[in-house]
Amino acid sequence: MQMIPVAGIDVEVHEVGSGTPILFLHSAQGFQPGHAFIKLLAETRRVIAPSHPGFGRSGLPAWLSTVDDIAHVYLELMDKLGLRKVDVVGASIGGWIAAEMASKAPERFRRLVLVSPVGVKLGPTDRLDIPDIFAMPQEAVTKLLFHNPEKAKVDIGKMSDDELTIMVRNRETLALLVWEPWMHNPKLRHRLHRVVAPSLFLRGASDGLVSADYLAAYAKLLPNATTETIAAAGHALPVEQPQAFASSVLSFLKSE
Amino acid sequence: MRAWHFTETAYPFLPPADEYDSIRVTLPSRLYDPKKGAELYDRYLTEWQVAEAEGVNIMVNEHHQTATCVDPAAPLMLAALARLTKTARLLILGNPISNRRDPVRIAEEMAVIDILSHGRVEAGFVRGVPYELAAANSNPVRSNERHWEALDLIVKAWTSHDGPFSHEGQFFHHRNVNIWPRPYQQPHPPVWVSTTSAQGARRVGAKGYIQATFLTGLDGTRAVFKAYREGWRAAGRGHDVPMHRLAYAPLLYCADSEQKARDGAEKLMWYVRANKVPPHYANPPGYFPTDANVKFLRGASPPVVAFLRNATIDQAVDSGFLMMGTPDKVYAQVRKFYDHVGGFGNLLIMGQAGFLDHGETVHGIQTFAREVLPRLQAECPDMAVSGYPDEVKSAAG
Repeated sequence: MQMIPVAGIDVEVHEVGSGTPILFLHSAQGFQPGHAFIKLLAETRRVIAPSHPGFGRSGLPAWLSTVDDIAHVYLELMDKLGLRKVDVVGASIGGWIAAEMASKAPERFRRLVLVSPVGVKLGPTDRLDIPDIFAMPQEAVTKLLFHNPEKAKVDIGKMSDDELTIMVRNRETLALLVWEPWMHNPKLRHRLHRVVAPSLFLRGASDGLVSADYLAAYAKLLPNATTETIAAAGHALPVEQPQAFASSVLSFLKSE
Repeated sequence: MRAWHFTETAYPFLPPADEYDSIRVTLPSRLYDPKKGAELYDRYLTEWQVAEAEGVNIMVNEHHQTATCVDPAAPLMLAALARLTKTARLLILGNPISNRRDPVRIAEEMAVIDILSHGRVEAGFVRGVPYELAAANSNPVRSNERHWEALDLIVKAWTSHDGPFSHEGQFFHHRNVNIWPRPYQQPHPPVWVSTTSAQGARRVGAKGYIQATFLTGLDGTRAVFKAYREGWRAAGRGHDVPMHRLAYAPLLYCADSEQKARDGAEKLMWYVRANKVPPHYANPPGYFPTDANVKFLRGASPPVVAFLRNATIDQAVDSGFLMMGTPDKVYAQVRKFYDHVGGFGNLLIMGQAGFLDHGETVHGIQTFAREVLPRLQAECPDMAVSGYPDEVKSAAG
């Protein structure tokens, strides 16, 4: 892990494996290098994974308040890392960041994988596209995130103060970014036609946050996107089905 | 010492609490009968008029999407009171400025009421309790920063009289701020800010605004007032902090017999006991500091709330959240509190809640105003200097 200054922010960047790079953009849970799916991706690829501003150990300046801001920061991070054209894999809010980046600088992306991405508003005015996770008990949120919520249990007693602080701060930053408009940037859907990279939209079959209809309609906003569903997984697809996830991602990225 | 009568204008006619998840945010409004609601408004307004007649000032507040406080637009209630009363000071505590989109509009509202009341407004500003954020769709993150930017803009809007100024801040943008009318009081109505934390109080003290704190009990209040005085002095406002800069809001019920007082106090406790709110509304991300949330995860309870919901009357009295009894007892409780916290100049009396009926509420106001308030006024002058004896002495020396 190293801290890389970008736009006045100290950005925590993890790097593992070697080969053609994948820029991995984490979900609201934050980046955890120990996750099995990261190890699987790193068997054949160099995985570069920043912690978004306000997540993990990355800084959060007062001026930063939107996912759009983070997309700009990461385009600059790509410059600093010498990533002229890269494959990007983004999960949930990380998928939203990836979509924003690709809409701004289409030529910088070879292939995109968006995993249960949020970020656009597609449904009717009087219904949330993404359920309000801040208006329900934590157990209900866990059920939407996981196909098997039992496996998701964390033992807070075993976590250090540092780990708990990161967990709490990740949640705060998530609220900062997604509170209003809820989980989307109204402009983004009108920009995604610019994306040129072939794109894969992935979703866990039991995802309670990103519906199959939402994923399909989101994918249609991009000129060259396909969708795929992975069984026995919720919103936290990469964590729940690391093998199936990594194999889908790697085979999609391998194609010419 | 000034006293203020405060009711949250609750609508208490609800089904049993186990039939709903939350009394705030999500409680369906089909449970509100507008005709009963109108009768309640009539009654609560009358009680504020009774307070005025007894030499007690008036305080209103605001909450949203809740049966605990059916006053989602406190400036409207204050405007009505401006015309129903003649002499009482009119405290709004307060305007939830980090949850309202336009601080300039709030500056206008306060100025209008100040004119309507011929200069009786006491303009309070609050960050708002955590359950307000879902109702306001207001981001809990950075709400403190929004609060202070909004307050500075409001004070500037009140005090600028030479045509428009512009404001391009972090949260609010205006190109032509030039409010009409300007406030009746010059340079502007007294500003109150409520906070229950020492860190917040230091900042309020630095500004010299009136510091109010709600249900913080003996030790919590002592810490808040101490921090206020530190902030005041550090900002170069001088050593002496007058009592009238400090306010405390307890539940308070005074009656002519111990039993009546105890019965009334039990009813007042509805205010804390009926406050059924699930954790996702009581603790939205970013409202409490990160380190406080780490402590909550380790099992610490948010201060006050957990304690009070289960407290007996005597426990609530012992810890300074509740003052109740015959006049002699209430007087002794206020004095004990006053001495413990280094003194204060405003007693914000939460004197009505839940099912405390009109007769009981009026009896409480009158008994306090006639039997306790004169003693407090004689012994706790507004211009006295707040602080502990050693603090005050070193000022004199």
